[in-house]
Amino acid sequence: MLLKDEVGMLQRVPLFSAIEPTKLKLLAFTSDRVSYSAGQILFRQGDEGDAAYVILSGRADILVDSDSGPIKVAELEPNSIVGEIAILCNSSRTATVRAASPLEALRIRKDHFLRLMREFPEMTIEILRVLADRLSHTTADLIDARSAK
Amino acid sequence: MEASLARYIWTHTKKQQLWILMIVVLSMIPYFMSFDLPKLIVNGPIQGRGFEQPGATQPFMRLHYNLPFIGEVQFFSGFQLDREETLFALSLVFLLLVVINGLFKFYINTYKGRLGERMLRRIRFDLVDRVLRFPPVYFKRVKSAEVATMVKDEVEPLGGFIGDAFLQPVLLGGQALTAMLFIMIQNVWLGMIAVVIVAIQIVLIPRMRRRLIVLGRQRQLTARALSGRVGEIVDGIGTVHVHDTSNYERADIAARLGLIFKIRFDLYQWKFMVKFLNNFLAQLTPFLFYMLGGYLVLQGRLDVGQLVAVIGAYKDLPGPMKELIDWDQDRQDVQVKYQQVVEQFTVEGLIAPSIMALTMDDPDPMTKPLSAINLSIADDGGAMLLNRISLQVKPGETVALVSTATGGAEALAEAFARLIWPDSGKVASGTDDLLELPEAVTGRRISYASSDVFLFQASLRDNLLYGLKHAPLTSVPYDGAAADQHRWNIHEARRSGNPDLDIHGDWINYASAGATGPHDLFEAVRRVLDAVVLSRDILDLGLRSSADLTRHTELARRIVELRAALRTRLEQEGLSGLVVPFEPGAYNKEATIGQNLLFGAAAGPELADRALAANPYFASVLRQAGLDRTLYEMGLEIAKQAIELFADLPPDHQFFQQLAFMSAEEIPAYETLLQRLKNRPYEAVSENDRAMIVTLSFAYIEPRHRFGLLSDELMSKIVAARNRFYEDLPPELHNAIERYDPAKYIAAATVMDNVLFGRVGNNHPDAPDRIRSIVYDILDELGLYGELLDVGLDFNVGSGGRRLTGGQRQKLDVARALLKRPDFLILNRPLSALDQRMQDKVLRNVLEEARRDGHSPAIVWVVTNPAMAMMFDRVVVFDSGQLAEDGTHETLLAGNGIFKELLS
Repeated sequence: MLLKDEVGMLQRVPLFSAIEPTKLKLLAFTSDRVSYSAGQILFRQGDEGDAAYVILSGRADILVDSDSGPIKVAELEPNSIVGEIAILCNSSRTATVRAASPLEALRIRKDHFLRLMREFPEMTIEILRVLADRLSHTTADLIDARSAK
Repeated sequence: MEASLARYIWTHTKKQQLWILMIVVLSMIPYFMSFDLPKLIVNGPIQGRGFEQPGATQPFMRLHYNLPFIGEVQFFSGFQLDREETLFALSLVFLLLVVINGLFKFYINTYKGRLGERMLRRIRFDLVDRVLRFPPVYFKRVKSAEVATMVKDEVEPLGGFIGDAFLQPVLLGGQALTAMLFIMIQNVWLGMIAVVIVAIQIVLIPRMRRRLIVLGRQRQLTARALSGRVGEIVDGIGTVHVHDTSNYERADIAARLGLIFKIRFDLYQWKFMVKFLNNFLAQLTPFLFYMLGGYLVLQGRLDVGQLVAVIGAYKDLPGPMKELIDWDQDRQDVQVKYQQVVEQFTVEGLIAPSIMALTMDDPDPMTKPLSAINLSIADDGGAMLLNRISLQVKPGETVALVSTATGGAEALAEAFARLIWPDSGKVASGTDDLLELPEAVTGRRISYASSDVFLFQASLRDNLLYGLKHAPLTSVPYDGAAADQHRWNIHEARRSGNPDLDIHGDWINYASAGATGPHDLFEAVRRVLDAVVLSRDILDLGLRSSADLTRHTELARRIVELRAALRTRLEQEGLSGLVVPFEPGAYNKEATIGQNLLFGAAAGPELADRALAANPYFASVLRQAGLDRTLYEMGLEIAKQAIELFADLPPDHQFFQQLAFMSAEEIPAYETLLQRLKNRPYEAVSENDRAMIVTLSFAYIEPRHRFGLLSDELMSKIVAARNRFYEDLPPELHNAIERYDPAKYIAAATVMDNVLFGRVGNNHPDAPDRIRSIVYDILDELGLYGELLDVGLDFNVGSGGRRLTGGQRQKLDVARALLKRPDFLILNRPLSALDQRMQDKVLRNVLEEARRDGHSPAIVWVVTNPAMAMMFDRVVVFDSGQLAEDGTHETLLAGNGIFKELLS
């Protein structure tokens, strides 16, 4: 997959959809293309967060440790981004991500990601929008969960 | 050292001075003969005196003397030569005298020069010898750069002066006196005038020069202070940057330079003023001769002949006088310099030479306890660091010194290591004062390491083995020219009062490291490096550096085996995808296009980096392979993409690290280049511009940059070009490139690159780490681990060891102390740069390593954390310079003292 195809993929990620293609190209160029075979770990819960990943092809599972071993909580599909929360909050990874099939991804390093946010406010606003969106979903889920009790 | 330079010179060179004086006197004979000869030639054969008759002859070389009482004696009647023959004979004699005079001059100058250089060597050595014997306290007050400039620059002019020190005054004084005497004989009154003027010169000029001396001293001191400050700026450059004080430093330097300028300018003014006066006085005498002498002639009290003779004789007076006065100036100048330096090097409490005498045989072990007896130590400000401490450390005992912030345990450790001297009381080994023991005993039987590490600018190996180099234990056999050179070295060293120890001998004391020679020393080195947990760092350094193949032959010999082992291992672990190996007939996608074209490591500047595209042979290969145009277009595309991506970013943006093709500074140049080349046909582009563009394509790696520029056809063309390149490689490039050969070690590449013999894939983020640990495994399996460690030990630690981290430096210092296998190991907060966990680990290892093979040294460890004291037989607690508690860990813990308080 070439740089220009990656730009196309990035454009389909909601977080980046409003960003100019030239900026996306720079983001893609300065990111590392990484590939994993099925079962390989992208990062582990508790690790320090040093990069975010955009899945280009293949699938990955999000796993959370529990007393009875890891529980799969979600599945990642192409065009999704994962790991951005640990970057933004300076916290450790909240879950483990494991490739479920041969996986191609773009690894965006933390300092690059933050630098881009600082330089391109439209991207920051977009990220805020997505995060706020998630928060309202989570709140709604919480209300549902509480009222269902 | 003698306070007077003249005495110093006389003491060491009196024989030579007398010899040269004799030679100079001897040289006067042909010198004066050559004065007389032109007159003989002109009067005799040329003007024809004595040859009035045609065919007349004159005797030549007739030896006859008028001896008193005996009368004329003729030794040789001479050859009878006619006029022409005499002319040739006399001219040839003249030529002979010219040669003899020249040879004399040559011999005298060489002799004087050598004399001066030997003395300079002696003075410099004496000074450094003194530095080695200064008491420790001196070094708190002196800047290293100042000492260096004294040894190097300030004594330098002495060398030139020494040859003339005694010769010049004798010679010139003699000449001046002769001229003076001659004048006196001609006419006493005119002679008196000359005497008076000369007396004025002799009295006045030195008086005026006193100020010159004062200024000269100031010049020397300010210049020395300047070099001290420059040294300080270099050493403290970090502090300057951190505090934004660079302009303060600029101001300070400018002020100092201003002062130096003023002093130097004053000096010039005075110097020329004195010169003017001197010249004036010299010219005043003829004036008086003409006026007074003329008047006397007119009066009839002096005849004209006498006056002319006096004036003629006077011509010979100012020359020697001037030189004599110059000599005196030089003498005072170097005397001041010498005194200044000697003052600085005359220090109370210099260590006696016997303490540091060279000892070949190893001293007996120190089996007596090391004790502090009523020991008090004050710092420079007078505050007591230790107040009447008495403490005994028995052989084999391990003692932790725990200290509050003002405890003073560090001072005790330094006193044990002789680094500070007691103000009262003493440190003793048994009953002997430690300071009176030879360093050959304490330096070999006591080891010391502290947090304040000093490393020399040399390899890690040299620094590690430094503690074993006490004496040249083996002598190197020399033969042929080397033997002559060696004999000369020894002869000259002795003539200058230098020691003739051979620096090239083997100084390493293998026995004290528990080894028998170079072959098994390495085991000991490896163990101490393991103990301080430094091996891994050194292995990493080894992997990243290129091995010196004259030393590490094993690595080169077994490289094929190594490469194969790595491939097999990667396959076994299913990791073959991590490394793409170099294959002579295939394109390596993970390597750059440049690497694929060259398929070798550049060993010289001709084919390295940017020079590659501009190399005419390489360009012609590209042309023949039909690649020149393709790569040019590729370069254009890369330039366009790179500029599109990066043109808007500020030059210091961190993204530029990702841009392998060009630096941020080059972007504008490429922008204008692209503008210029737009729509221009390939043929019309200049060679230079082509190279600029083509070079961009050399850095391209498809999987990493992903511009989509590489096709199968292009790859096969590149492989073809690679072969063509090596087919006709011109001889001058043979040494500029080492071709990748699966069966050969590449000297110009790092050890890692050699083992890998390929490129790590770009799309596996953790590949480098995984491969490195596999490589270590394999090296260990094949028994090459030690070899790699040895490569790492070649690493140069830089000035003051600054190429290592603080932690690495401290570990190295401890390793160096351990390697000596001492009877007393003194460690003074040795690992303060490490975190607590690492300190604990190294502590455990060091205690174990020190006691290996039934060795049981006493260990005194000033701990950074009281919890570390648990590992020791005995714990001694210091508080405010007093010994507060002393006992085993359990008893102190049980008590309710300071130790317990410190622990909580």
